Amino acid sequence: MAIAPPLSKESTAAHSGWGTAMSKRPAVEIAHLRKTYGTLTAVDDISLSVAEGEIFGILGPNGAGKTTTVECAIGLRPFDAGTIRLLGLDPLTQRDEVHEVVGVQLQSGALPDKLKVREILDMFQSFYRQPADVRELTNVLGLTEKLGDYYKTLSGGQRQRLAIALALIGNPKIAVLDEMTTGLDPQARRDTWELIKDIRDRGVTIVLVTHFMEEAERLCDRVALVDRGRLVALDTPARLAAQARGGKQVRFVPSDRFDDRLLTDLPEVSVVQHDGQHMVVNGTGELVNAVILTLAAAGIAARDVELVSLNLEDAFVKLTGRHSDTEGAMS
Amino acid sequence: MSALSLSLPIAARRTAFGKIVRNEARLAWRRPVGLIAGVGIPVLLMIIFGNITAFKQPSPLVGGYSLFDVYVPILAVFAMAMIALLGLPVPLASYRELGFLRRLSTTPVPRSWLLAAQGVLQLGVALIALAVIFGVSIEEFGAHAPVSPGGLVLSIALSVAGLFPIGLMVAALARTANAASIIGRLAFFPLMFFAGLWLPQDLMPTLLRDISNYTPLGAAVQAMQSSMLTGFPPVAPLLVLAGYAVVFGFLARRYFRWE
Repeated sequence: MAIAPPLSKESTAAHSGWGTAMSKRPAVEIAHLRKTYGTLTAVDDISLSVAEGEIFGILGPNGAGKTTTVECAIGLRPFDAGTIRLLGLDPLTQRDEVHEVVGVQLQSGALPDKLKVREILDMFQSFYRQPADVRELTNVLGLTEKLGDYYKTLSGGQRQRLAIALALIGNPKIAVLDEMTTGLDPQARRDTWELIKDIRDRGVTIVLVTHFMEEAERLCDRVALVDRGRLVALDTPARLAAQARGGKQVRFVPSDRFDDRLLTDLPEVSVVQHDGQHMVVNGTGELVNAVILTLAAAGIAARDVELVSLNLEDAFVKLTGRHSDTEGAMS
Repeated sequence: MSALSLSLPIAARRTAFGKIVRNEARLAWRRPVGLIAGVGIPVLLMIIFGNITAFKQPSPLVGGYSLFDVYVPILAVFAMAMIALLGLPVPLASYRELGFLRRLSTTPVPRSWLLAAQGVLQLGVALIALAVIFGVSIEEFGAHAPVSPGGLVLSIALSVAGLFPIGLMVAALARTANAASIIGRLAFFPLMFFAGLWLPQDLMPTLLRDISNYTPLGAAVQAMQSSMLTGFPPVAPLLVLAGYAVVFGFLARRYFRWE
């Protein structure tokens, strides 16, 4: 694509990530994925690679394109450009093989009220060649006592755990879990994290879609930060947080309109957004100088310049440039 | 990659499909609205009609047969229409609404299996309803035994082929299970009118009867009535049913949405 990765630091960091990923066979490879709905670009040139045995997080605010990305990856949605391989398989032309080795937990995907947990598990188990043991799975997930209960009577957390059980029932090599802890209370969420680590320790690659910063920090080996359909950053949670800590934000009112590209092309700049008449620019290094000088060269003055220092809590906001719809997730 | 296989072996596929059908049957049994409407009501009506003495007297109005004889195929079509227009589409629309179809499409099993399973189940329900309606009316209430059993079987087969795709079309048009149930019922009553539920075809004015002959339920009643009372059914209603099968089969295939 014409637009360079927004943060040069992050892109080199991402490459070092790729390096470790390359040492093993990649479980998931996405290259230049693009998906549009009419005029809306939901996924814009996303490339990433997940190593086998990794817990890989796709983090971003609501509507960032996370779900679309994984739905394309598992063959649920056709896409406009790019290539996707899951353990070398093409999800579009080798759907059956892909679904045999990839277990999926969808954000939306309720089950009929009047089926019992056992009946649901038993049915899904029969879909796979080498399924997991239902007993063991329900023990691990704490669903054994619920086997005889109707789906209707399950709590949100139990439904979520059943969805995870169904994602794992085929003994997958890759498990894709979309917002698996949404709606769970903090204890259930922590229990689920432990469970995911256990599953990874059994050799399953985990792709986790989430908008919880904490979940990504606690659980993921690496995190892809997605915003407005683009890959904003890809690194270990610790390094992302460190970057955010060193990050800066400049707010100002420009004297005239200009193409955002003018600033996003700068190596110091990561994200450019508009907030009313203000422009909010995130980045690192000599951010203020770079912005002011570049604008001046284009004949634009910046008024009311404000420099904001970011802390760890701002990492998510800073890197994705979103505030409103992520507030709940940050708390 | 060589360890990865193409898909389930045949025996396992059969097991998987069987499990889906069994769960569908459980769901139908645990929320028996479809069974009550598709089997209970027509069987009950048959028993009521069978106990009305006047209904069993030969009547010149309907060609010297009894009204009961005339009503048995109408009730059979009632059952099939309920099953096709409500029993089949409502669960399918609800599975789409729930995201169950979507959930299934992330497994190695094609989501179309759920449609097929529902079709198999509803076909089974229809056959039970027909067996009870024809069997009990003939054995217990002395209804006319079919003059052309082969014609009756063919008429039933073509009725299923003509009516089930209409039900699939209802599932295609409806966004929700509720909408499917409303559309199904809205279609059921006028179609059942032309099938002669309120006024048997023999008693209809010529214009209504002509229209009736081209409606799916009217044609189904005509074909079954002929098989029961006079002999192998005329070609016209059979062709009408086959026509509905082709047209609605195509439309349902074209317009059915999985999500």
